[in-house]
Amino acid sequence: MQSGISFLPEQASTLAPRVDNLYFFIVAVTAFFALLVTVLVVYFAFKYHTDDPYAVGAPIHGSIPLELFWTAVPFVIAIFIFAWSTNVYFDIVRPPDQAMQVYSVGKRWMWKFQHPSGQREINELHVPVGRPVKVTFTSEDVLHDLFIPAFRVKADAIPGRYSTIWFTATQTGEYHLFCAEYCGTKHAGMIGRVIVMEETAYQAWLDTSQESSLAAQGQALYESLSCQSCHLNDGNGRGPALHGLFGSEVQLANGTTATVDEGYLRESILNSQMRVVAGYNPIMPTFQGLVDEDGMVGLIEYIKSLRTGPSSEGASASLPAEAGEPE
Amino acid sequence: MTTQPTTTYLNVTHGLASWLLTKDHKRIGLLYLVVVSIAFALGGVFAGLIRLELLTPPGDMVTSDLYNRIFTMHGVAMVFFVLIPAVPAILGNFVLPLQLGAKDVAFPKLNLLSWYIFVIGFIFTAFAMVMGGVDTGWTFYTPYSTTASNSNVMAAGVGVFITGFSSILTGVNFMVTIHRMRAPGLTWFRLPLFVWALYATSLVQILGTPVVAITVLMVAMERGLGLGIFDPTLGGDPVLFQHLFWFYSHPAVYIMILPPMGAISECIACFSRKTVFGYSFVAFSSLSIAVFGFLVWAHHMFVAGISPYSAMVFSFLTFAVAIPSAVKTFNWTATLYRGAIWFKAPMMYVYGFLGLFLIGGLTGLFLASLGTDVHIHDTYFVVAHFHYIMVGGAIMGYLAGLHFWWPKMTGRMYSDGLAKVGAALIFIGFNLTFFPQFILGYMGMPRRYHMYPPEWEMLNVLSTGGAGILGIGYLLAVGALLWSLKYGAVAGDNPWHATGLEWTTQSPPLPENFVETPIVTEPAYNYAHREIKVV
Amino acid sequence: MSEVAAPAHAVGHGHDALHHHAAQQHHFESLDQQHEASTLGMWFFLVQEVMFFGGLFTAYMVYRIWYPEAWAEGSRELDILLGGINTVVLIGSSLTMALAVRSAQVGSNKGAFRWTMLTMILGLTFLVIKFFEYEHKFELNHVPGANFVFEGPHANQVEIFLSLYFAMTGLHALHMIIGFGILAWVAWLAHNERFSREWSTPVEMTGLYWHFVDIVWIFLFPLLYLVDRAGQLG
Repeated sequence: MQSGISFLPEQASTLAPRVDNLYFFIVAVTAFFALLVTVLVVYFAFKYHTDDPYAVGAPIHGSIPLELFWTAVPFVIAIFIFAWSTNVYFDIVRPPDQAMQVYSVGKRWMWKFQHPSGQREINELHVPVGRPVKVTFTSEDVLHDLFIPAFRVKADAIPGRYSTIWFTATQTGEYHLFCAEYCGTKHAGMIGRVIVMEETAYQAWLDTSQESSLAAQGQALYESLSCQSCHLNDGNGRGPALHGLFGSEVQLANGTTATVDEGYLRESILNSQMRVVAGYNPIMPTFQGLVDEDGMVGLIEYIKSLRTGPSSEGASASLPAEAGEPE
Repeated sequence: MTTQPTTTYLNVTHGLASWLLTKDHKRIGLLYLVVVSIAFALGGVFAGLIRLELLTPPGDMVTSDLYNRIFTMHGVAMVFFVLIPAVPAILGNFVLPLQLGAKDVAFPKLNLLSWYIFVIGFIFTAFAMVMGGVDTGWTFYTPYSTTASNSNVMAAGVGVFITGFSSILTGVNFMVTIHRMRAPGLTWFRLPLFVWALYATSLVQILGTPVVAITVLMVAMERGLGLGIFDPTLGGDPVLFQHLFWFYSHPAVYIMILPPMGAISECIACFSRKTVFGYSFVAFSSLSIAVFGFLVWAHHMFVAGISPYSAMVFSFLTFAVAIPSAVKTFNWTATLYRGAIWFKAPMMYVYGFLGLFLIGGLTGLFLASLGTDVHIHDTYFVVAHFHYIMVGGAIMGYLAGLHFWWPKMTGRMYSDGLAKVGAALIFIGFNLTFFPQFILGYMGMPRRYHMYPPEWEMLNVLSTGGAGILGIGYLLAVGALLWSLKYGAVAGDNPWHATGLEWTTQSPPLPENFVETPIVTEPAYNYAHREIKVV
Repeated sequence: MSEVAAPAHAVGHGHDALHHHAAQQHHFESLDQQHEASTLGMWFFLVQEVMFFGGLFTAYMVYRIWYPEAWAEGSRELDILLGGINTVVLIGSSLTMALAVRSAQVGSNKGAFRWTMLTMILGLTFLVIKFFEYEHKFELNHVPGANFVFEGPHANQVEIFLSLYFAMTGLHALHMIIGFGILAWVAWLAHNERFSREWSTPVEMTGLYWHFVDIVWIFLFPLLYLVDRAGQLG
């Protein structure tokens, strides 16, 4: 990592130069105005200086054209910066569809990461270079915030919800990872490293894991909780069939619709009565206390893997390791 | 005039009781000055401890728990007991009725009650500090404050809640005073700009403070009585707390900065011997800042899981609220043009204010713009930005006003040279302390960190060194003022040859301010007109 | 200077005490100015009260949109009969308060005293009924916190509802208690024959406050008790 005084963190993601360019532009604009006003007020102080307490200034009251001018000019510049920055922001908050999925849970005071292949790590995140990575995360206790300065990304971890950040690393190396939302005693110790590796090295690193894939772990949990006794494949069970469900839109009993994403699945497992699919009775018990955050991502990965429809239930046992492949 | 007037508000009655039971707005202003100064000293000590700890990368001076308590108590003391009351409650109380040509504020008893409420709130908070402190950050974010923290959140929360009512009641008092207590002929557009600023501030105090009061009370009830309004395990939303909290706490920034801006307008007009350029634009910019200020709270939450579309709206509104501040700055600059600039100590503070507020305001653009905010949110960039506004801007403006009205308050003149040296040291020390923090923030150093990676040591050393200079600057400024109480020359009624009703009465003023209720026949800052008569 | 209909910004004079009403404070130029200031101050104070309750109403609104079923469930736990009686009692007290103000304005201290006392009795009735409602909740363990027990599919969210119920009605009851104290002071002033046609400001201000507290309840009652009562009574 760097030493001495530098003015920029490393640019290690595709987003970083975009954020920095915007940053430099605003630096230029603000420096211009700061200098303009400073030069003027200092110049006036010398030019119109007097020690005579009875001297008076020129009887100038104001100028409406000038007022309009210096209201309009900053406004136009502000609109320009707003448009540019909003454009960058939407790229920061919208992960590309084909992003590789990683899950994370923040708890006081550590970050746990889980890769779909089953690899787990704490306070370290291994990712391949050149591939978009999406980290979906939540918190087990209080607010946290996953912040990777070199990638220029950050989002709060909020208990009860999923947040995401995404990035495509552009150079291999090790980068800081911080908790940026105050979380108590060891907030400053809730830090770690992001290790960006070449694709082959990353694959080799994945292979060191003895764990079964997340989806397989999820399937085991799914079966041990007997979810399949209600969620029958043919759709005639007491709960809806789960094949091909992820990413689809469902009609709810209260008349609205919901997109089945990580957040909806999480809520349906923990607060099963909140948004029930139309045509089913609100009889699913809550699994609060039975499914922890780690188990939850397994279940979600498993349900995500059930894409191909009811007939291929048998095939889902041999799941693809990667859940994030394009549909 | 070389001797002090015989009867003044200071010597009309004697004894502690005559102060503690006073209904005189001028004495109440001084009572606030005492308590706020104590809080400022406390907060300053905490700030010094923070900077000392951050001198070196590892957390080697205090434990993490203690560090967290120190920065929380620094924030609580400075925000609720210094920045919010400093200009309205001290200078506003002293100057407002004088500027209006009134004998007192509309509700003098309520005014004294507000001070007592303030003190009780301060005692609760001080109690929380003595009993081991609070470690939630001054923002009291849930669910940390409701479920995880095992510090004195209750006592501190109740203290903040109580203090809020002091602020609200002062706001009500000032609003009514400005509406109903103006001297004959003192129409709205003849009011000094400080009055406009106080009016806008009072509006924010009345509309905003109750919301944070009830929000902090909800946190206290959640902790103490087990209510579950923000509890995520029940399906409650910790982010709702942030919405409610920032609905006040963002406008609170304008409570802190608008009155100093008003004081700056007074000083600039006086020391350039001109009316303020674009008087009505400056007056209305205060009101529009107060109103727009209520529409931007969610810019504190761009990374807190709000929808990207609402983030977009709040970003836009945040850019919009920057415009009136820019307009004010341009008008101040234009006021100096072709003025007769008399560079006394208050003007030195005005220049300090302009420099620091300029940087503080402009760096706000980085935080308003979504693309950059994601990266610098919750980093030292934010810390630097709001210190430039709230310390660089608000405290500099407060000191400008204090030096401007000091001869009126005390009847004594301080050493101009010493005060100028103080101002210069504060300006230099401040920049040295906080400018490196912009860089640290962009480098990625998160705020509220007890320790940090070694590559950031150099910038932190600079910052701590600057804090030392800043501290010496403050001590020097305070020393110069205190020195004047005993040794200062007698100031006379109007040492600055300023316009404004407060300068038409004696220094220190009579208990009832004026011998006769003044009648106003001219606009504010009518220097050209008045001086022709004098010369 | 004449004291008849002196304008608020009457040209100043020193201590022309001859025509001053006993209740006029020395820093005002006239009793009218003092009355206008008090009225304006009270309205500003009520504005801040609206914002004060506003925080709770916002929380209520957000959660009700998220958890409509839980809101219906929680609301059904509240006693609509007692709540309804209290609503009538409180509206009645607004009437008696208005009559107290009227009496004071026409200079009848006796009338002001009587109507104020009646307002206090109604206020007390409200608080007693509220006390029994609360007590019932304690018996059922429907008070949020460690001992909270609730059978139903949305128990957690019902706890949020009941948290808000206690916060909102509790805050309202606190305002009633404070109002009760102010009414006692007003009654004492009336008993001492202090009001006149020229000066009845305290009764008027108390009236504004009391009506505000009533209006808050007029919002609280449907929002808390009547969420899901279409087609049913009791």
